[in-house]
Amino acid sequence: MTSPSLLRMLRLQTRAEFLKLWRVPVFSFFSLVFPVMFFALIGLGQAHELIQPGVTFGAYFVASMGAYAVSNVMVFSFGVSVANERGMKMDLLMRATPLPPVIYLLAKVITAFVFGILSLVVLFGFASLVGAASLDLGTWLTMTWRLGLGALVFIAMGFAVGYLAGPNSAVVVVNFIYLPIAFASGLFFPLQLLPEFVRNISPYLPLRYYGQLGWNAVGVKTDNSVAQCFLYLAIYGMVFFAIALWAYRQEEARKFS
Amino acid sequence: MRAQTPAVELVEAKKKYGDVEALKGVTFHIDSGEVVAMLGPNGAGKTTSINLMLGLRKPTGGRVRLFGLDPEDLRARRRCGVMLQESGVPQALKVRELVELFASYYASPLPQARAIQMAGLDEVAHKQVKDLSGGQRQRLYFALAIAGDPELLFLDEPTAGLDVEGRRGFVQAIRDFAASGKTILMTTHYLVEADQLAERVLVIDRGLMIADAPPAEIKARVPGKRVTFTSRNPPPTAELEALGAHNVVLLDHRVRLLTNEPEAVLRELFRREIEVADLEVAGADLEEAFVALTTKPKP
Repeated sequence: MTSPSLLRMLRLQTRAEFLKLWRVPVFSFFSLVFPVMFFALIGLGQAHELIQPGVTFGAYFVASMGAYAVSNVMVFSFGVSVANERGMKMDLLMRATPLPPVIYLLAKVITAFVFGILSLVVLFGFASLVGAASLDLGTWLTMTWRLGLGALVFIAMGFAVGYLAGPNSAVVVVNFIYLPIAFASGLFFPLQLLPEFVRNISPYLPLRYYGQLGWNAVGVKTDNSVAQCFLYLAIYGMVFFAIALWAYRQEEARKFS
Repeated sequence: MRAQTPAVELVEAKKKYGDVEALKGVTFHIDSGEVVAMLGPNGAGKTTSINLMLGLRKPTGGRVRLFGLDPEDLRARRRCGVMLQESGVPQALKVRELVELFASYYASPLPQARAIQMAGLDEVAHKQVKDLSGGQRQRLYFALAIAGDPELLFLDEPTAGLDVEGRRGFVQAIRDFAASGKTILMTTHYLVEADQLAERVLVIDRGLMIADAPPAEIKARVPGKRVTFTSRNPPPTAELEALGAHNVVLLDHRVRLLTNEPEAVLRELFRREIEVADLEVAGADLEEAFVALTTKPKP
């Protein structure tokens, strides 16, 4: 007996995952439009003010919004969509069909990265077009690969939320956990402007290190080096992954044993 | 050794959920090309059996094989199509996209247009799932089950929630697919459906298999009609039972009974000049009929 083409399967599965997200207006808006909008509202007015010698607020803020955009895509596309699929019992049907789990997972990861990069292209494109952040190509690319690599942490975080939260509560959980974390990590407003107690929490938040990856790329003098940031993120990633795996196994034992 | 490996094989399959024994040891096999209906009331163990066969659940005892393989084996799964009782598909995808996607999971699928046409979805092929009616959604699940042109098709209550018209169309679609020599195992609540489609009926009740026979034989054993009437002088239960009535219930002056020959029973009541008012004759639902089947001594 011949086997189906795995490549074709992956292509169609990825297309399905992509369309699934693309056609949800809330998701498309929050990942593609919202970062640009926020950048336009906050960043544009003072884009050329220097926050450090040689670093404009525009450059700083485009990095902030880039970090927000990519992590948002990961947390939403894994957290909310996995919770939804569980809620709709889609996981039952997917398990009963001859779709290898690896293809399923890979399609989700590829889709999330495509969306993440798309959101950066839109944001970076807008920022350079209006002249709010004039950075060279190398800097854009550095930001892109750093944020891309760091995004793995938020895939793990998304999975943890997706398996722990119910289908109706996933959006709420994401909004009540992830958004405050993004805020407290200085992605929306620079840390210096935040209340002291928030500044005290922020060194314990993963997005703080993720944000620094972007800020560092545009020349901001950050508290931690890039290597330190990746190390912290790797630890967070492992913790989230362990939680996700635990929750997944719980569910396995309950639903499929 | 059998000459041919059966498509489905259960040997003393048992399943316990906590303290609840959903399946208490079920044994049967289905050969290639057989169309089999599994019949039983709610909670009888039908879905549990299907879940074991699909590898969605693991048996707590006994053995379950598909084509001689573990049901979780990808080689077995690639030969099966599945329509589950409750399962969602992404709401934002279009019918055509989903059919194409599911077809890609198999080595030699049906042409996409053929699967859509067989499921009667031509007119809504370009629609997103969220814009489909309940009946259309059900047919979409069927299209996805047959998209890969599988040798073995599992249908768990395929007509649940459909109206009479919808059910008829569905039965025809299943029949068309069966005509190409496929093996089909479906569960249903409706004896009529089992009769229309299957050449063999497995009756399952409270986790045990209580019958494995052609539909005609099952039908003869299950009282098909419910007769209800009010009478000032109802005959005693024993007399009604002598006329071939089962499950006689007498409450105040209201009489309820199950029978296969309502005409004969009524004729006899009229002959005896028993007053019959507010007469109703209706198809007995399976739940009622099963009480008769399970309490009757086996022939």
